[in-house]
Amino acid sequence: MCGAGAGGFTDGGRAMSGADTAWILMSTALVLLMTPGLAFFYGGLVRSKNVLNTLMMSFISLGFVGVLWAVLGYSLAFSGGNSFVGGFSNALLAGVGLEATLGSIPDLLFMAFQGTFCIITAALISGAIVERMRFSAYLTFICLWAIVVYAPVTHWVWGGGWLSELGALDFAGGTVVHVNAGVAALVAAFVVGKRQGYPSSSLLPHNVPFVLLGAALLWFGWFGFNAGSALAADEIASLAFVTTMLAPGATLIVWCFLDMIRSGRPTAVGSATAIVVGLVAVTPAAGFISPMSAVLLGGIAALPCYFALMLRAKSSLDDSLDVVAAHGVGGATGAILTGVFADMAINGGSGSGLLFGNPGQVVTQVTAVAAVIAYSGGMSFILLKLIGVVIPLRASEEEEATGLDITQHGEEAYLHVGGTLTPNNG
Amino acid sequence: MKLIKAIVRPNKVDDVKDALAALSIFGMTVTEVRGHGKQKGHTAIYRGKEYNVSLLPKMEIDVVVSDSIADDAIKGIVEAARTGEIGDGRVFVIPVLESYRIRTGEKES
Repeated sequence: MCGAGAGGFTDGGRAMSGADTAWILMSTALVLLMTPGLAFFYGGLVRSKNVLNTLMMSFISLGFVGVLWAVLGYSLAFSGGNSFVGGFSNALLAGVGLEATLGSIPDLLFMAFQGTFCIITAALISGAIVERMRFSAYLTFICLWAIVVYAPVTHWVWGGGWLSELGALDFAGGTVVHVNAGVAALVAAFVVGKRQGYPSSSLLPHNVPFVLLGAALLWFGWFGFNAGSALAADEIASLAFVTTMLAPGATLIVWCFLDMIRSGRPTAVGSATAIVVGLVAVTPAAGFISPMSAVLLGGIAALPCYFALMLRAKSSLDDSLDVVAAHGVGGATGAILTGVFADMAINGGSGSGLLFGNPGQVVTQVTAVAAVIAYSGGMSFILLKLIGVVIPLRASEEEEATGLDITQHGEEAYLHVGGTLTPNNG
Repeated sequence: MKLIKAIVRPNKVDDVKDALAALSIFGMTVTEVRGHGKQKGHTAIYRGKEYNVSLLPKMEIDVVVSDSIADDAIKGIVEAARTGEIGDGRVFVIPVLESYRIRTGEKES
């Protein structure tokens, strides 16, 4: 998200660039596609009786969180305010017009691009609480979370807030999106509790091809997420594009070897997970590091995330789709490694990291990660507890056993044979 | 009439169909099932956790035949479906009281 500087925008007097605008228009659409991609990635990993509910948790964010962002979220993230949170001057998109006052693209487009980030960040959390959270409680949570957690954290890192003042580097959202959602997911899994039958029963993916397709759509869209965060159609966007191609490739290689060491066979679900882990890890670094550094970063990031996944599988915490291992640990690893590999010689607008003469950057990165963990974790806990007073967070035991598709949405995903439902003509 | 219920390896369905066709037996119902006798399964790993897969995919072929060709049908099925390895399957024979053709409403003997 930083073209010329960490958290800053290009000089306000620059004229609008057609090339930049075209690219960011495309990037916004790409990032929007990531939310349905995520829906299928998650959907394939759950049991068939819960697939629609899982898909809905992502799709619904497109509506509620998207509109909330335009109405209020954008203002709290990006308008003046103080070091902690923006103000209300851009609420209802007041003052957000077609002129390019913030950079070389129309302000309205910038708002929309950022909105697609908010939408998917909220949807990411769903992975931790699938197959048992009450849909109304989930929806209430992500709406409040977008305003109370996502917007301020965005402000800290990209809206001119205190983390950007500290010099924290986050090119496309390692802390803002992934650590943020990862910690919220951890708290949600803890507060909502585990699924019936976890960990002793077989709670298995019902459609692994969906998982791979979802990963593919995510990778495709991620080019908009990372390269679009250059906010320009230029060399930095090209750099971010290439690092986004190479890092997940390296993660996939290492993950395959890890799978083979563990069980003798590389797996499809593992490969899809590895791709996502690599994409997450390179997100904070994409436009700040060299392509070869991206290969190293991707390869290294496989290890803590694989380990975190093994740990979760042995623990009693039912973070069902490993949001913590992939996004929390992946995002934190990527953010810290950004402090190692960042190189001002490549991107003059960034800082440099440990390997290029500035070991202090690692400390700054760790500070940023810690701050997001503390705030997102704490606030998510409070929000869930408050919501739980009014709406039970879980579906009932019977609803969970029957399946959330039928009980939360009145639908079944796979009606293979006609004639099993009769219309109610009474 | 006898109902011959054959549980066979999925890749043997075509061979069994051919064997029955050779006896002019064309009507059948085929279902995807899972099960095991002595055959051991395998282990799967999904995201860090191991699972034992012991219920294995098989295909169940149901044919209803007249008593006079039941023995030939059974022999044909068994020979077509056999590989000699554990997991080849089973054939069960159940008596049938009555059979009706829906298109005409006629009772078959």
